[in-house]
Amino acid sequence: MGAGHGHRLHFHGHSPVHRAPAHLKVLLLVGFMLTVVATPRDWFPVFGVYVLVVVAVITAARVPLLYIVRRMVIEVPFLVFAALIPFIATGPQVEVLGVSVSEPGLLAAWGLAVKGSLGVMASLTLAATTEPADVLVGLRRLRMPDLIVQIMGFMIRYLDVVTSDLGRMMVSMRSRGMDPRSPRSWPTLARTLGSLFIRSYERGERVHLAMLSRGYTGELPK
Amino acid sequence: MHVPDGFLDAPTSVATAVVAAGGVAFALRKARTELDDRTAPMAGLVAAFIFAGQMINFPVGAGTSGHLLGGALAAVLVGPWTGALCISVVLLVQALFMADGGITALGTNIVLMALVGCFTGYLVFRLVAAVLPKRLSSIAPAAAIGALLSVPVAAAVFTLLFAVGGTAPVDASDVLVAMLGWHTVIGIGEAVVTGLVVASVVAVRPDLVHGARTLVPAAELEIRTVPAGGQS
Repeated sequence: MGAGHGHRLHFHGHSPVHRAPAHLKVLLLVGFMLTVVATPRDWFPVFGVYVLVVVAVITAARVPLLYIVRRMVIEVPFLVFAALIPFIATGPQVEVLGVSVSEPGLLAAWGLAVKGSLGVMASLTLAATTEPADVLVGLRRLRMPDLIVQIMGFMIRYLDVVTSDLGRMMVSMRSRGMDPRSPRSWPTLARTLGSLFIRSYERGERVHLAMLSRGYTGELPK
Repeated sequence: MHVPDGFLDAPTSVATAVVAAGGVAFALRKARTELDDRTAPMAGLVAAFIFAGQMINFPVGAGTSGHLLGGALAAVLVGPWTGALCISVVLLVQALFMADGGITALGTNIVLMALVGCFTGYLVFRLVAAVLPKRLSSIAPAAAIGALLSVPVAAAVFTLLFAVGGTAPVDASDVLVAMLGWHTVIGIGEAVVTGLVVASVVAVRPDLVHGARTLVPAAELEIRTVPAGGQS
């Protein structure tokens, strides 16, 4: 997991934000998001300040803003849900564009959308500026139990192996005429998952044996 | 499916984070008894498998599709403690690297999907498996019923959290009806997929399925010595 082998969301760079120690960035992210979540949603100008803070960090990291914005599509289903709230919420009704909606519901929808979007933006900034290996070091420094950090490390290390294993299985099934868009392919897809589990589990056993043969006693070298 | 930042208020988020931390710490200790010193590599690979499994989209028809949540599946395949641990790690990685699920809602997500999801699934699986005949063919249907119930139960727990610390003025009983209705449908999909996946693993390697451990003796690792230059 050296340079150039970062995960899909990583944006390679050498800015001060990239170089900042990962444990500091994780702490700042959690602190910032807790503040955002605890801010009353009718303090409208404060949220403007929050957005400015995140945009300032993204700019300082020299990550194109569009890079972050394009990856924010992950929260679209949630935004759709937030947009529904004014119609189902209780409380006094107001007219917006000729449609009667709940006033507190409108405020709640704004709160959900702005807090959720800030969360996605801030998390994407962390992901874009921090290598997975650095995050692991940072989490260890934050006193995350060693075993959890090890499990995370193995998961991240083998994520691409396992997902591309799955990708190859999908390609070979497609080339044999399976239609992945038909509900009739459920049994095939499920058997694929079954064999993916067996392959992953057996790979885990092989990795464990390989580690034992190299002197693994339950702890990884720091 | 992941709860984002700001959905529940700060005190509720912190409280669920404390519960999640306690639950994961306990699962960590118990997972060692399920996997001994293999815990780190095995749980890591199983977590990668669950992540990949959530990437497969199961077409529902009319252009929509859903994916597996995997709580009950993981619990039946590798045991409830290791399963809960794996799902927690998946959620942690998704929150830190993929912005999927809010970082302040991580505790909520772990409580709902890893703790409630795995343990409801596993308890129901055990209960159903105790009633069905003690045969390998009973494992998959029992796992399916466990998966079927685990999803609406997690949704009900979410509604409870929402009633305590929700930030939208929606009537909690309305939320409960909507959540239960919708998640029962999701649970049916989860049940079919979980049952089919477990059946396919049971057919090939029943010794790997934790839930079938009482029916199949665990295969011990054999180390055979072969003469040098013999078979490789």
